[in-house]
Order: sequence, then C-alpha cells, then structure tokens
Amino acid sequence: MKGLRALRQSTLAFTAATVIGAGVPAISAAETIKVGILHSLSGTMAISETTLKDVMLMLIERQNEAGGLLGMPLEPVVVDPASDWPLFAEKARELISQEEVAVVFGCWTSVSRKSVLPVFEELNGLLFYPVQYEGEESSRNVFYTGAAPNQQAIPAVEYLMSEDGGGAERFVLLGTDYVYPRTTNKILRAFLNANGVGDEDIFENYTPFGHSDWQTIVAEVKDFASQGKRTAVVSTINGDANVPFYKELANQGVSADDLPVVAFSVGEEELAGLDTEPLVGHLAAWNYFMSVDSDENFDFIDAWHAFIGDENRVTNDPMEAHYIGFTMWAQAVQQAGTTDVDAVRQAMYRQSAPNLTGGTAVMNTNHHLSKPVLIGEIQADGQFETVWETDGLVVGDAWSDYIPESAKLTADWTYPWVCGNCEEPRF
Amino acid sequence: MAVFQSLRYTTVSSVVLMIWLGMAAVTAAAAQDLADRVAALAEGGFNDKVTAVGALAATGDDRAAPVLEAMLEGLLFTQREGGSIVIGEHLSRRELRLADAVTGADLGTAGSRSVRKIRINNRVRAAIRSALGGLKLMHPDPAERRAAAAAVLNAPDLSFLPTLDTAIDRETEPDLKTLLGKARAAVLLSSETVADRLEAVRYLGTYTDPEVRGLLGGLLVERGGRQAEPDDAVRAAAAEAIADIDRRLQQWAIVGNIYQGISLGSVLLLAAIGLAITFGVMGVINMAHGEMVMLGAYATFVTQELFRAYWPGYFGWSLAVAIPFAFLVTALVGMAIERGIIRFLYGRPLETLLATWGLSLILQQAVRTIFGPTNREVGTPDWMQGAIETTAGLTLTYNRLYIILFSLIVLFALMLVLRHTALGLQMRAVTQNRPMAAGMGIPTGRVDMLTFGLGSGIAGIGGVALSQIDNVSPNLGQSYIVDSFMVVVFGGVGNLWGTLAGAMSLGVINKLLEPYAGAVLAKILVLVAIILFIQKRPRGLFALKGRAVEA
Repeated sequence: MKGLRALRQSTLAFTAATVIGAGVPAISAAETIKVGILHSLSGTMAISETTLKDVMLMLIERQNEAGGLLGMPLEPVVVDPASDWPLFAEKARELISQEEVAVVFGCWTSVSRKSVLPVFEELNGLLFYPVQYEGEESSRNVFYTGAAPNQQAIPAVEYLMSEDGGGAERFVLLGTDYVYPRTTNKILRAFLNANGVGDEDIFENYTPFGHSDWQTIVAEVKDFASQGKRTAVVSTINGDANVPFYKELANQGVSADDLPVVAFSVGEEELAGLDTEPLVGHLAAWNYFMSVDSDENFDFIDAWHAFIGDENRVTNDPMEAHYIGFTMWAQAVQQAGTTDVDAVRQAMYRQSAPNLTGGTAVMNTNHHLSKPVLIGEIQADGQFETVWETDGLVVGDAWSDYIPESAKLTADWTYPWVCGNCEEPRF
Repeated sequence: MAVFQSLRYTTVSSVVLMIWLGMAAVTAAAAQDLADRVAALAEGGFNDKVTAVGALAATGDDRAAPVLEAMLEGLLFTQREGGSIVIGEHLSRRELRLADAVTGADLGTAGSRSVRKIRINNRVRAAIRSALGGLKLMHPDPAERRAAAAAVLNAPDLSFLPTLDTAIDRETEPDLKTLLGKARAAVLLSSETVADRLEAVRYLGTYTDPEVRGLLGGLLVERGGRQAEPDDAVRAAAAEAIADIDRRLQQWAIVGNIYQGISLGSVLLLAAIGLAITFGVMGVINMAHGEMVMLGAYATFVTQELFRAYWPGYFGWSLAVAIPFAFLVTALVGMAIERGIIRFLYGRPLETLLATWGLSLILQQAVRTIFGPTNREVGTPDWMQGAIETTAGLTLTYNRLYIILFSLIVLFALMLVLRHTALGLQMRAVTQNRPMAAGMGIPTGRVDMLTFGLGSGIAGIGGVALSQIDNVSPNLGQSYIVDSFMVVVFGGVGNLWGTLAGAMSLGVINKLLEPYAGAVLAKILVLVAIILFIQKRPRGLFALKGRAVEA
C-alpha cells in the first residue's frame, strides 16, 4: 500500500514537474534547489566533519558551473550541529521543515545518525551518510555511501590470511571499548572460526577511549605473536588513542614485516599528525585512497586543492563517498525530473556513478553501495599504497551474515519487499 | 729480431684485444641480463616480484643494491610512456628527478604523475630487506651489518649460509657475532640434514627471546595434518627448548611488568608533582592543573616549530630549550591566575573548585582557537627513539627510560628548592602558620603568588615530558587531572615523598593487574582499592603530623 502510494505520488510529482518545467521556464530560473549540509563545524567531531562540509560546497559549486539541476541553481544550506547528538535531530528538522531542502548530506558518528533517523523517517527526508559504519541498519530515508563491515573488515582479514598478506594464522583483535569494535570483532571472530582459526589463536583486548599507556598491551601482543605461527593485529582502536599506540609499536620495534597491524579507523587525515617513517607497511582497509592512480582521482584532487587553496590538504574515503552520493543524487534528480523524495528514491536504485578509483559504484535496493575494497600500506610520506583490491564490486550488506540474528534479515526497498529489516516479503 | 719482437707484440696486443672484446661481450650480455632482471621487478603480482628480487640479488652486481634500496623506499618507478624503470628522487610533492635504474643516466625532472610507482607490500619488503641483508653482511659500517643480520634472521634462507659463515669468521664485534650466530642457526633450521637442524635447535635453545621462541615454535606447528618439522627427535628437542625459554621468559616478564609500572608511575608523578605544591602545600583545589600540563606540551610544540624554522640542525636540543620555556610560560600563567582569581577565594574550597573548573574550560577553548582542534605533532629527538633490547626479550624504550629519570630529577630539584632556598623557607613558613609568618615580615601575598607559579611551572615541565608519549591536543590535561588528585590524596597531602610513593605504587599495581584483568578492569580495581584505603587512612600513606594538620 505504502509502495503504491509512493509510486502514485512520484508519478504525480513527475507530471507536475514536467508541466512546470515545460510551461513556465521563466520562474524556475529564479528558483533554487536547496541542499542541506549537516556536519559538525565545532566541538570534538569538527576535525573530521569540517572537511566534508567543504567538499560538499565544492561539489555544489561545480554542479552550478555545469548549469545546476533541472535548469535551477543549487543552493547549499549549511548548519552546525556542534558535535551534540540531540542537536543533530533539531537541525535536521530545521533543514527539512523550515528550509525545505531537497536532500541532506551529513552525519559522521553512528550516534548522530541514530539521532536524526526518526526525524528523516517522520518527515520523509533524504539523507546521504558518507562514513564506514557497523552495519545492522537500513532505513528507507537514508542512503549509506560509506562501507558496511563486509566491505572493510572481512576483506582485510581475508587479505591477511592470503599468501601475499603474510599468511596469518593467529589474530589479535584490539579495540576501543564501545559498540562498533565489539560488534565488528564479534563478526570477525565468527568469520575466523568459520575459516579454521580456533579460539586459542585469537586474542581480544579492549581499552578505554583515549588510552595512552600501551606498554603492557604491546608487550602482550609481542608475546602472543612469538608462538611460531604468523600473527597479525586487527585494530578497531578509535580516535586519539591511535597516536600513542602507533608510537609504542614503533618504539618497541614492532615492524610490519613481522606483525602487521590493519586498522579500520585510520585514514590519511589521522596520519597527518604522525611521523609515519617507522609505521611503513602497517595497513588500512578503505574503499578509496588518495594515492590511487586514476584520472578521476587526479582531477578530484586538483579540484579540491584549487577549491581549498592549500596543496597540502589530503583527501580521504568519506570525501569520495560524498562525491559518489552527490553524483548519484544529481543523476537521479535529472532522471526523475523532480527533487521529490519518493521519485528520487525510485530513481536512485541501480543508479551508477564513477568512483574515484577508476570503476563504477552502483546503488543497491538495500540503500548500500557496491564498491571495490582496497587494502593499503602506510608509506613514509603519510599516504597509503594500495597492495590489494577486490576483483569486482562488493555489494554492501546491511545485515551481517556472521551474526545469526541478522543473517536472516533482508533489506530490499523494492516491491514486493519494501522493507529494511524483514525475513519475508511484506506484500 | 725486431720483426720477431713486433710479431710478439702484435700477438700480445691481439690477445689483449680479444680478451677485451670477449669481456665487452660478456659485459654487454651481463648488462642486458641486469636490465631484464630490473625490468622483471615491475611485472606480475607480489609473488613474481619476490622471485625477481631474489634473481636480481643473485647477480651480485654492484648496481643491484641501489635499485633494491630505491624499491624499498618506494622510489622505483615505471615511466608511463615507454615503460622503462627509473629511480626517482622527490624534489617537491609533485616533481621528481629521474635516473635510469640500470645505467644510472640522468633523465631530468618530471611530474610525479608521469611515472607509476612500483608497488611493494610487506612480503616483498621482507624479501628485499633479506636480499639486501645478504649483500650487506660484510658492510664496513657495523650499523648496516646489524640491520643486515636482523633482516636475515627475520627471513632466513639457506642460500645465505656460505655468506653467513664468512661473515661470522670476519666479525669482530661480539654482540654482532651472536646475532650472526642466531641468524645462521635460523637458516640451518631449514637444512636438509637432521643433524644440522638438531644442532640449530640446541644452539637456539640457549637464548631467551621471543624471536627465537617464535622460530622454534614454528617447528611444532601442524598444518592440515602435516608437521612443519618431519623429524621426531628435532621436534622433541624444540619442545624442550621452548619449555626452557618459556620458564626464563616468565621470570623476565615480571621484571618487565614492574618496569612498566615504574614508567607509568613516573608519568603520574610528573602530572601530580605540580599539584603536590598547589593542592598539597597551599591547599588550593586547582581543577585547571591539567591545563597547565597541556600548556607545557603546547609550549614544547611552539619551541619545536621555532627550531624547525630557524635551527633545524639543532633539533635534538629542542627539548632542552622547551623545559625552561614551558616552565616560564606556565609559571607566568599560574601567577596571573593566582593574582587574578584564586587569592580572592582562599578558604572557600567550593568556589575555588568551580572557578578553576571554569578556567580550565576557558584555557582549553583558547588553545583550540589558537592552535586548532587537531592534534599537533611534537617530534621526538633521535636520542629518545628506539629501545634497549635486552637478551631476554625485555624491551626498555628510551623515551620511557628518560621520563623515569626526568621525573626523579624534577622531584629532587623541587625538594632542594623547598629545603635550601629562601623562597622554600618562606613557602613552608607561610603554609604552616600564616599569621606568624606575616608577623616575621614575610610578604605572604607575594609568597602565595610565587608558590602557585612554582606549582604551575612544574606542571608545565611535566607537559614537556608527556608531549613525548601522548597526544598534544586541547584535551591532554583532562585525562591527567583525576589521576593527579588520586596520587596526591593517596600519597598524603603536603608530602613530596608521599607523592613519589603514591605515584609509584599506583603505577606498579596498575601494571601488575593489567595482564590479568585488562586495562579497563585494572583501572577500576585500583580506584576501588584507593577508596577503601582512604576509608582506613584518610590522610594517605604519609600523613603530616603536628599542628599543620589541624590548621
């Protein structure tokens, strides 16, 4: 019923838009399409999110230079939720109800996304979320352009187990003590057990946020690694604690040839504050690295440097996610001929857009992207060098197959499912 | 005769010519061969690259080493046009000076996007290191020889055996000789003869370090029903050697834990020692104490930036300059706080607490505005990097070692100031009996200001040391404020020996618990223990006795 209504609405909106577009072009030139940007510009998350706001402004500026959308220029509406999770919900409501934006690009932390989720669902807004996350979610009003766990954690561990990755047989799972590392490690342990790594070959350890004294843990890891089997470390350590962790690794002489560390939350921006010389060879898994050798990427970096006016600024994975998300949304609007949320959503499915690594990303009906997965090694200049990538695209999996309760769930927003977490078709 | 001579001469010269021609042909063939082997480095997957690295090193050509070194550094490229292999040198982020990898001919400068880096990963890197190790085992520089031996030990291969034997014979430095011996035994572990392997296991069994343990442990691994080591006798010997090594490692592990505890204790001591003055001696509950530590760390950052800009050659001295600079900055800020806020609040602990808490937020935001919200990189001078690797697998990192020494020096210097200077005497007099001190003509207001300045300055010095092991960010101080109060209260208010004992015992207890309880639980247990202890002895470990307590 909901689906039918949506279909009818979109058809109506489509017709209306065509009529307006064809009939009175003079009016539309004066109108604008508003694009909401919901990223923290102050507080603790400002470090990461300010860059994403800038990248959105750049993308919008480029689109306007190319003639805007549907003959109208785009107008960015920037708000600052100040790293305050409830404020995210208020600002989202303000964007949708008062500013009447066509779409919102925003959020970084999972908790901020959870906070705006009810608002977007209630007001039928559209959110593009650009950051890798723990999965276990699929909302009708959100498109997830970052990586799901199967697009980051699992391929990374597969690489470590391969011959090229050093053939690891023993794993150390280090994490910060909160939900994302614990969920990811639960998925990883199930995956490792399924691939012949017993529990005696897995060492799991959690530390508080901002942990700074890593001596004991690094010593324990070294000891665990000296049992004859090749060992690797999988790190879901988040935020500030990474710097003293990597410093301690370097000081205790843990080299990547012996004991590689693969991280899921360390990107180009995080390495900017570190001396990476002793860290060469440690790894990270993402869908994009700044060092990727493709013409799309070179153009993007040049455009970014020109826009921001600083040659030393890096690009990173969430920026690519916004690039893909924005391109797809713009195409969907053009195809639908309207910015109406229901029509655009329909047009988003199977939408494809070039990603910066030289291929094409595809939006699936579970609102997650199909993208390539890259594994990179840290270089002395603070960049990552891709050492492995998937052959084709990996379909983002909203519900992990390695968590028994989630394995049964399916996310599919096309008829006859029309549902983000059900076991059987709704219609 | 002359004819004869000339004939002989012609013969000789023609022979020479022939040899020369032959050599030229051989050299040309060798050059072609070398070029092929260099070209192979750029082809195929990592497997092929590992093979290609071995093949190139096997030529023994002098030109192989620079090519491999460039590859290791990520400076070996293929040109996008023509596809020849070149060695690059970065002139700037986007510009490279190129030289032909085989001939070394200068190819001028080019944009970084006109060449494609030859990708390597950890596996290839290890292969290159080990190949270079084989080439450098007899390098004149001992540091190079050490790196070479370590690389061979890391990736042992039977092909190194002859080189290793010669290297061991020639080696004069005893510790390098042991390292080479270890590398030789590691190589022998993959020998075909059982006797060799057995000998290697016995030899390795005399060492006590995790690396050797890993090598021996590798023999006992079973993969898919096949033993890594086919011979029973060798396996038994290895198991025995491992049991021995484990026992010795266990003993050393306790020493290691205590060392780590002392190191954590010294960090706590540095954070708390300034508070021992402002809170311990003056009785001011100073919530902005952590921010003084943070300001000290930022003062280090500023000093280093100046060094980088003006005297990059003397960067190793930057910390020595940062210590007085940080003291000065934080002492001045501290005195300003005392004169501006705290002196109006003496005897009103709750108001002091709130005012200094607010102040700490203001200082944090000020730093965030001036220096930005991101972490700033504080460099570590060369003499503080690395570690002492003891034979027993115990790693004592230099930065921690220096911090332990530094914290003790600061503590004793402070004791001397309190005991043997006029200022120290006045401080003690004022804190013990203010009206009497005033009656003796001591300017109590000025002494208060100087005391608070001293405490803040010492917190700043602590910040210099903490910048070496923690993030330099506006939040740096927050993570130490609770720990600092804990140390001072636990050790006994107003007693520097108590602060020392408190910091060290908290550090050691924490680190002894951590391997069993985990970092999160260890911290909780220590906190619970302190609460219980304070119930029993409210004045801490070293309680001050006498009238001062009641005052």
